Amino acid sequence: MNILLEAFKQSFDLVLMLDRDLFEILLLSLKVSLVSLLFSCLIGLPLGTFLAIKNFWFRDNILIIFNTLMGLPPVVVGLIVYLIISRSGPLGWLGILYTPTAMIIAQMILIIPIIVSLSAQAIEEVHQEYKYLFLSLVVPSHKAIKAYIFDARYSILTVMLAGFGRAISEVGAVIIVGGNIDHLTRVMTTSIALETSKGNLSLALALGIILLSIALSVNFLLIRLKIRAKRRMYV
Amino acid sequence: MFKKNRKSEVTISPIKIKDLSISLNDRFILRNINCQINDKSITAILGPNGAGKSLLLQTINGLIPVLKGKITYNSNQLDNDIRKQQAMVFQSPTLLRRTVLGNMEFVNSINKNSNIIDLKYILKKVGLEAYNDKPARLLSGGEKQRLSLARALLIQPKLLLLDEPTANLDPYSLKLIEDLILEENSKGTTIILTTHDMSQAKRLASDIIFINKGEILEQTQAKIFFKEPQTIEAKKYLTGEILL
Repeated sequence: MNILLEAFKQSFDLVLMLDRDLFEILLLSLKVSLVSLLFSCLIGLPLGTFLAIKNFWFRDNILIIFNTLMGLPPVVVGLIVYLIISRSGPLGWLGILYTPTAMIIAQMILIIPIIVSLSAQAIEEVHQEYKYLFLSLVVPSHKAIKAYIFDARYSILTVMLAGFGRAISEVGAVIIVGGNIDHLTRVMTTSIALETSKGNLSLALALGIILLSIALSVNFLLIRLKIRAKRRMYV
Repeated sequence: MFKKNRKSEVTISPIKIKDLSISLNDRFILRNINCQINDKSITAILGPNGAGKSLLLQTINGLIPVLKGKITYNSNQLDNDIRKQQAMVFQSPTLLRRTVLGNMEFVNSINKNSNIIDLKYILKKVGLEAYNDKPARLLSGGEKQRLSLARALLIQPKLLLLDEPTANLDPYSLKLIEDLILEENSKGTTIILTTHDMSQAKRLASDIIFINKGEILEQTQAKIFFKEPQTIEAKKYLTGEILL
């Protein structure tokens, strides 16, 4: 119990004292997570939309594969990315091992299946609802796709939140490809792992509380938005 | 004002249906349909539940592919130009997850026929001018149906297909929709509707198609149909007896 109280006190102290190291770690965590989320959405949303509205042989199997990939073990992803981008690997010449770029790539591999699977579900629901209306109105495909994405916007926000949650809380892959280098690739989760291994449990817990607070705030905002949308029957 | 600005003056009726059959899971739902929808007419498709009325309407609208038989629109085959001149109001209206005006704007963005004044003018015509910013899916059943009709009118269709447009509506909505149907028809729009309301069919329709078990049993003028139905099934239907 004492350690918990101490951790809470320490987390408040770290935030109130505007600890420079903490903010650097925090900013890098957010930057890596948000950039990987952005690129994952740029790839995953069109792919999810395509799978939602097109019926073709093997479509269901592709969705099953993406659903399975949602549970990819981060350490395995980290290891594979490491093997590819390490000096002796096929992309070793890029020289991105132990950089935030490598961390972003690893996180994208973990997030893309989430974005594809969940956005396909959200858009398929709207597509099934609008299908005959759009067919009757002779809506051009590009306008129909825009309408599906726009009208599924609140569900897509939840999908993005799931992706962000996965990214910000990820440790296994980023520690392998990022190396947890101070002032370069150290993020919240890897710091927690490091402090725990050093026996600095209260500091590790304090960082955990800050990380949890960020996730909680983002969730809170989005849930409020979704409740508002639900009241207007937009979801 | 609501300007008449039709894209093309090519007429799409009369609609001729020849030997049309639609089957689902090896069972015929529409069988050997032969009929004609006259230009600028109001045709009511009557028949008991499950007779195939809605399916026939959807097939004319191009929602169900024709694999056996033929439908021609003023001697032309169905294509996108013809489909763009049709508007369909579904029995359960599908409304976009947007405001009332948002729904209208979406249809407008596809057709580009009207401007923003037209949208509000049409909404006023269907008695929804006070609901511009209301989420469409929060409207009552009658209001949803009126919005669905307003969207259809925005297309300025030459063929308006209405699938039980006034089912379960209050007298105000019913009267408003019927007046709009008559007004559209007076402008030259051909109208096909399905209904279970005999008095509505009498009030609106110039022609009747009576359908039972996927087959057309009668096609005649409304006044003749209601006065002297030719088939036993139609007689039974009009007197409210169950058709087996």
